[in-house]
Amino acid sequence: MNASASNLADGFQSRAKGAVGNPQLRKSFRGAMDFLMAKRASQFPNDADFQDLRRQGEAIRRYSLSRLPALLEQLEANLIRNGIQVHWAENAEQARAIIIDLAQRAKSDLVVKGKSMVSEEIELNHALAAAGVEALESDMGEYIVQLAGEPPSHIIMPAIHKTKEEIARLFAAKIPGVDYTDSVDELIQIGRRVLRDNFRTTKIGLSGVNVAVAETGTLCLVENEGNGRMCTTVPEIHIAITGIEKVVEKLDHVAPLMTLLTRSATGQAVTTYFNWISGPRREGELDGPKEVHLVLLDNGRTQAYADETFRATLQCIRCGACMNHCPVYTRIGGHAYGTTYPGPIGKIISPHLLGLASTHSLVTASTLCGACAEVCPVGIPIPDLLIHLRQQAQGPNSGEPSHLRGAGSGHKALAVLAFDGWRQLYAHPTLYRLFSWFATRLRGLTPSRQGAWTDSRAPLVPARRSLHELMAQRNRSRPP
Amino acid sequence: MNARDQILGRLRQAQATALSLPQLAPSAAIPEPDRVERLKANLEAAHGEVIDARQGDWCNILAALCAAKGIRRLMLAPNVPACGVGETVAVERFDRPLEALKEHLFLGIDAGLTVADCALAATGMLVLASSPAQPRSLSLVPPIHVCLLDAGRIHADLAAALSAEAWDSALPTNLIFISGPSKTADIQQTLAYGAHGPKQLIVILTAAGSLS
Repeated sequence: MNASASNLADGFQSRAKGAVGNPQLRKSFRGAMDFLMAKRASQFPNDADFQDLRRQGEAIRRYSLSRLPALLEQLEANLIRNGIQVHWAENAEQARAIIIDLAQRAKSDLVVKGKSMVSEEIELNHALAAAGVEALESDMGEYIVQLAGEPPSHIIMPAIHKTKEEIARLFAAKIPGVDYTDSVDELIQIGRRVLRDNFRTTKIGLSGVNVAVAETGTLCLVENEGNGRMCTTVPEIHIAITGIEKVVEKLDHVAPLMTLLTRSATGQAVTTYFNWISGPRREGELDGPKEVHLVLLDNGRTQAYADETFRATLQCIRCGACMNHCPVYTRIGGHAYGTTYPGPIGKIISPHLLGLASTHSLVTASTLCGACAEVCPVGIPIPDLLIHLRQQAQGPNSGEPSHLRGAGSGHKALAVLAFDGWRQLYAHPTLYRLFSWFATRLRGLTPSRQGAWTDSRAPLVPARRSLHELMAQRNRSRPP
Repeated sequence: MNARDQILGRLRQAQATALSLPQLAPSAAIPEPDRVERLKANLEAAHGEVIDARQGDWCNILAALCAAKGIRRLMLAPNVPACGVGETVAVERFDRPLEALKEHLFLGIDAGLTVADCALAATGMLVLASSPAQPRSLSLVPPIHVCLLDAGRIHADLAAALSAEAWDSALPTNLIFISGPSKTADIQQTLAYGAHGPKQLIVILTAAGSLS
């Protein structure tokens, strides 16, 4: 699944280089991102309306987070009242153990899954397989990447890096009795047929959660395909998994967030289905799961919560707009990051999930252009958070201990020396003038090869005279 | 300490200041006479079909629909009023627990017929609340979903429905909002209908009060 945590940072540079040199991948992402940006723009024709809606979304998320412990307790109490069983997991290992235990108690060797990024985050499929339980992805995009043995490359459109011809070859090779066809309709019907057989016969369905409502004990899911409904309706047991940050207080808070989510994610005013689950099958009802479970996962979220600045990370509603608009993501794609959550949001979540030791090179992979913050539907200041994370990664200057796991692991003595020197130079006018006098006089000695800079750019050479000198010269020559 | 107490303990330690919430935007004001048109336009934009049966007999319209769509095996939700659709269509009820008819529902039914509890005009959504009379899977599993909607049960939007339906006090086990047939764009951003749920959604709009 993910590259192991220790080599993530090292691997990122080379994976990014490989992706940038792959014209097919570049074309797939460029096309897909242009498509998604245009779709989103069509849903927000008026910027003032978008800003109004976004202010509401941000206010709801910040309000909910400010009351998170109380809301989680209220959610738990109401879920239990509704007959939904609640499990808490501090980390991925605990979450996997809970789900494996549920599968084994149900004597089920297959779990059919709706789309859940949290299940990717805990690398559930591998753990289930090791325990003798197959996990079958049923979202079309997830099904495709699972067949290909790859992780998703985008949080909303998992198979966005693949062309239909690649998918056609994959289906013909991996699904028994299927011939090559690159008709999208036919490919979808093939997936539908295979997965329907599994919905019908499988005992356990697993899903994520888009938002949980504390006041009513309700799990809300948003989707277009219907596989989420299948997983939560037809099997005997439904297991939902979500991060602890996804809770809001009231039903009234759901609509503004969902409209921001679907418009930002896929440029749809609404999705095909909004699915609100408030309990298992009741006495007298003819269908619906007999058991519903919710796994609430921490996995580093409390670390982000501990700091008022980093808490904003948890406002995220997982729409993916930041990656669709990111000049870096568009060029390197989702796999290069090596983390479950790619793109701008991934860069600010992953350090909390995995620690800075393995993720410090991700936080520097940004031009800080600010496109992500501009489109974020819940107002997360992603560039500011990246700068804070960079400071934490390079080592706290204040000398105060940091609560971030792996703080200081991006520390480079040479870089610190260079920046300290730069600071001295710019803080002391005499030193600065002395430096610029020498730099301009000795410009002939500037090396023509300047590391990675000159790989694709002309070398940097100081001007003949500094601006200060030129201005002084001009003032002298001007008649009084 | 168990995981729950550890997590809640860490969150409490942060001592977050409780923020207040500004007034949320009010409900969309869509006057009742305009709601049918808004709903219809939205559903059709999402590839749904809307048949206006307010002036006629919905049963006859359903019979004609079955003939036009080639529906030969129709399953009715328990809350659908009795209705004759002609001899060419085999009609049965969803009258047993899913376990007893799963295979039949998946493999032997062309269309499911349900009654929507209400609808939302602004977003073009049908609302179905699960109950002994409203199974969850009949609007999902058969390839065609036909849904009867009482024209007097159309709310302006979700906020209006939330205040009118009093779901806050007792939510159904499953409240499902449907805006069109199942779809996906997961292969090269190309839209395809009938991903996992119904390939077609047909709404039959009946005169206010005609279904109760």
